[in-house]
Amino acid sequence: MSSVPHTSPPPVAKTPPATTTQRTTSPDAPQGDRWHTSLRRIGFWADHAAIIGLVLLVLVFTALNPVFLTLGNVQSILVAASILMVLTVGQAFVILSDGIDLSVASTMTLGVIAFGIAFSQGAGLLVSMLSAVVASALIGLINGILVAKGKITDFIVTLGSLSVASGLALVLSDGKPISVFSVGLVNFSTHGLLIFGFPFVVAAVIAVLAHVLLFRTRFGTHLFATGGSKEAAQATGISTARIKIAVYTISGVLAGIAAIMLIARVGASEPAANTTFLLNSVAAVVLGGVSLTGGKGNIFGPIVGALLLTVLTNGLTLMNVSQFYQPLAVGIVVILAALLSRFQK
Amino acid sequence: MTTTSTRPIVDVRDVCLSFGNVKALQNVSLTLAPGEITAIVGDNGAGKSTLVRCISGIHRAQSGTIEFDGEKTHFRSPEDAREKGIETVHQNLALVDDLTVWQNLFLNRELTRGIGPIRFLDRKAMREEADRMVSTLAVNVPAVKSKVRRLSGGQRQAVSICRAAGFSSKLVIMDEPTAALGVQETAKVEQLILKLRDDGHSVLLISHNFSQVMRLSDQVWVMRAGRCVAGRRTTDTTGDEIVALITGSREQ
Repeated sequence: MSSVPHTSPPPVAKTPPATTTQRTTSPDAPQGDRWHTSLRRIGFWADHAAIIGLVLLVLVFTALNPVFLTLGNVQSILVAASILMVLTVGQAFVILSDGIDLSVASTMTLGVIAFGIAFSQGAGLLVSMLSAVVASALIGLINGILVAKGKITDFIVTLGSLSVASGLALVLSDGKPISVFSVGLVNFSTHGLLIFGFPFVVAAVIAVLAHVLLFRTRFGTHLFATGGSKEAAQATGISTARIKIAVYTISGVLAGIAAIMLIARVGASEPAANTTFLLNSVAAVVLGGVSLTGGKGNIFGPIVGALLLTVLTNGLTLMNVSQFYQPLAVGIVVILAALLSRFQK
Repeated sequence: MTTTSTRPIVDVRDVCLSFGNVKALQNVSLTLAPGEITAIVGDNGAGKSTLVRCISGIHRAQSGTIEFDGEKTHFRSPEDAREKGIETVHQNLALVDDLTVWQNLFLNRELTRGIGPIRFLDRKAMREEADRMVSTLAVNVPAVKSKVRRLSGGQRQAVSICRAAGFSSKLVIMDEPTAALGVQETAKVEQLILKLRDDGHSVLLISHNFSQVMRLSDQVWVMRAGRCVAGRRTTDTTGDEIVALITGSREQ
């Protein structure tokens, strides 16, 4: 990544000889790579929108407020970003398979309530955590089955389960928060490894595992094939239905893990709507350069996207900008990223 | 040389298949000789694709038998057929644009290494093997690390054929392999098809292009209205006769 703006003249000066040889020999030979990338500078920017945006934001906020880049603030940004990062990984899996999970945030809320109920009934920490994950995983599994076997559009299924999960959360909790006090959870959210808080460590481990699953296993390749071309995947004998079910279940499990992290952070189990988490998870995936039509992208991009959105909120708060402006800023950033993504190769 | 001199690789006998009231196949019988290019020609709706789908395990014949390599087939899915060595090059190519050439070549047949159920992709082995597979084609070789999206129509077809020819397949079925290609690319793909035969694969070719059928095939079967109405050695017939057989202006 260079600080040269994409309208810089040098590539133009370099290209003429390359262009002529290119045209006369073979028009689509791979030797044209370097020439292509210099021409497609805007494509390069689009591909790396998240990381470039993140660096720009960090520079701007550091210039405006020296507190921003202190160790304490960076630590708190990483911890604050961790829940969104976990949800974003799940969302990325779903979007890579050419779907969308609108229910992630409500699924997480249902997980939170399942935890709260188990905990208030005297179940131990481990059982409560398990019930959060199981409840969320169930919603994910049902989403997947409805999409794959019921052949209903992803958008509609998860729009429905968004409502169902948040409704269930309200019914089960009777709309009241349950306070959750556990030394283990307090330690989890206040301590860490070296300079990294435990929530961030968990998010980072999940991201690494997700990367390995996507790029180093057959499942990952089949996921990309399903998202890229369902017909081609099926023609080679890949069960796209199984991939879809797996992907939504993964998203559900991750929502359950996010639920535990949310309880550790808030210290209570409340049936809140958490809509911002939904919007930000989709936004982070888009920022991360994952194609909304599936089959193209990675995990690193969305993770950086989640970090970028958290940095944006954190920086605005540090600068005493009213909270009301935060959704506005997030919206503008996402739309800019989507515009830029049109130039992806 | 006659079709009966050696045991046929595929022996279709009295196969019938209806979809509701539509009799797609009526008592179709034909044979494919090993190591030959066999063409099936016919008008739209004559039942060529349906027959091919029966052979490749997508449809099941309601009556009659299909023998492959001397054994009766009971394919329940295309994967069953593929395991026995029947590969299909699909009309829509069945390639994933955003995966690389080597990923497409090994799609759903990925090589893995690892311990027990924990297995990871052996990317190096797949890339090397893909390199080897593509280099034997000697036609229009795209780099195996490039994304399929960047390939031309002919290169894509080459990758599809390469995928079908690899993995020790005995029969390669091609449904209109050059329908979407230009003149030069068609010529290159035809070379590939001939090379497949020279490498010992049997090829079943469906084509609307008579001159192509006459150029490539050893045996031609003509289908009309769900029946197999005639079979000819390509050397013993002419394009005009085939057309007459297809339209029904001439019987047998």
